[in-house]
Amino acid sequence: MEPILSVKNLKYVYSAGTPFEHTALEDVSFSVNRGEFIGIIGHTGSGKSTLMQQLNGLLKPTSGSVILDGQDIWSDKKLTRQARFRVGLVFQYPEYQLFEETVYRDIAFGPKNMGLPAGEVDRRVREAAGFVGITDAQLQASPFDLSGGQKRRVAIAGVIAMEPEILILDEPTAGLDPSGRREILSNIAAYRKSKNATIMMVSHSMEDVARLTDRLLVLSGSRLAMDGTPDEIFAHTDELVNMGLNIPQVTQVFLHLRQMGLDVPGVYTIEQAVSALKNRKEAVHA
Amino acid sequence: MLKDITLGQYFPGNSPVHRLDPRTKLLALLAYIIALFCARSWIGYGLLLLLLLTAIRVSQIPGKAIVRGMKPLAMILVFTGILNLFFNREGKILFQVLGIVITSGGVQRAAFMVVRILMLVSGTFLLTYTTSPISLTDGLESLMSPLKRLHMPVHELSMMMCIALRFIPTLIEETDKIMSAQKARGADFENGSLMDRARALIPILVPLFISAFRRADELATAMECRCYQGGEGRTKMKLLHFHRGDLVTFALMAALVAAVLALGSFGM
Repeated sequence: MEPILSVKNLKYVYSAGTPFEHTALEDVSFSVNRGEFIGIIGHTGSGKSTLMQQLNGLLKPTSGSVILDGQDIWSDKKLTRQARFRVGLVFQYPEYQLFEETVYRDIAFGPKNMGLPAGEVDRRVREAAGFVGITDAQLQASPFDLSGGQKRRVAIAGVIAMEPEILILDEPTAGLDPSGRREILSNIAAYRKSKNATIMMVSHSMEDVARLTDRLLVLSGSRLAMDGTPDEIFAHTDELVNMGLNIPQVTQVFLHLRQMGLDVPGVYTIEQAVSALKNRKEAVHA
Repeated sequence: MLKDITLGQYFPGNSPVHRLDPRTKLLALLAYIIALFCARSWIGYGLLLLLLLTAIRVSQIPGKAIVRGMKPLAMILVFTGILNLFFNREGKILFQVLGIVITSGGVQRAAFMVVRILMLVSGTFLLTYTTSPISLTDGLESLMSPLKRLHMPVHELSMMMCIALRFIPTLIEETDKIMSAQKARGADFENGSLMDRARALIPILVPLFISAFRRADELATAMECRCYQGGEGRTKMKLLHFHRGDLVTFALMAALVAAVLALGSFGM
């Protein structure tokens, strides 16, 4: 299958030619398949946010290329603009970019910029609001009257309304309470399912990425350090810890059990842990 | 593009210029500006340019950074140059076509004005590049302290300036972030009519103002939590002291300004 997005030998240097010059990305290459759910993890300053902004053409790579659906997004101005709409980008704390008088108009900002007819804009706004659980009454409210979690969901709806094939989110659950986190993560899953969209999510929660993603990209010191399934990645505990990262708590517990001599498999979600323990119990009693 | 704005930016370093007392640098800049306006000949400008280049060299600030800071000035420079070129009628006529007269006096004056603005701004940049906002306002407060007798709220003014300078980079960063976020939703700031472009600013300005007010509010709370009460009875952790370098700078500046003023009085 042709990958929907791939980057080749990406390099990006900030403030080139000043004392603040620093390389944020160095020789990063990977491909993304349609419908994948990818987690991006890495220590603060490892280049995650820079990488995200390369993928929808907000930052132009110093060298290397970003290929969307077989075409280099920097080969033509139109393609660069299209990349903005085909690759939706939700920044960290996106609620701080709300500006319109009503929630409806804020969500409609993206689709309107795409030049869609009014009927289509209306459909998309209502559908996007549906994905994030914003009611019709709330659509007419001012975004500044909503709670923090609701604002965040409105901001995400503003990107979802463009119906991007790839949705990239930078720590979408940062600073939210547990129920707010759960809601946002299930909103994202709902969007993915209904549009067969590709999701890329930056997160510091190893539990979340272990539970939700099919594949993990690990960034460290501006480079792509690892690329694999959560299973493969979390097997490298020491390396992750050296990069300032961690493994899910339940994985740590099971590693400890194994060091104590118990015959348990490596797990990285609670569900796996429960079934592993059940299996073991049955084996012991059999 | 916003990253190009270097106004009020500080380049950390440990050069002799960085180590000078902020008051010395402020007074030296003042003297330099006065001399710049009194200089009437290339000799005067040459002396001041030599001083400026030496100071930049000693400060280890890359020349590129100073040039980059000039970019926003390009329009003003071109404008000043053209105005002086066309409307000054002194000296020999060099060129005359369709009622447009260019004289030798005009050329000289245009060149002087452009050089003067360039030197003025680079001198000011050198001050903000080599002096952290905090020591800059400390210096200002100390220099303005005689005005306290006249009931000028000197401390409050310098605190306000300090906060304003401190927040320039923060707000630039914030603007950059908001712009990126709106661009990701297809906002277009570079194309369209003037009206379109003005309207395109709303999605940036509204979030920016909201965040500036939020920050101001948070800062006020944080200051109150630390019992901030203004200048009354407040002592300083870092006291300003003049050192040998400052004395040398004073002597040098005095000699130079005197030289330029003397040259000026002879019409040179």
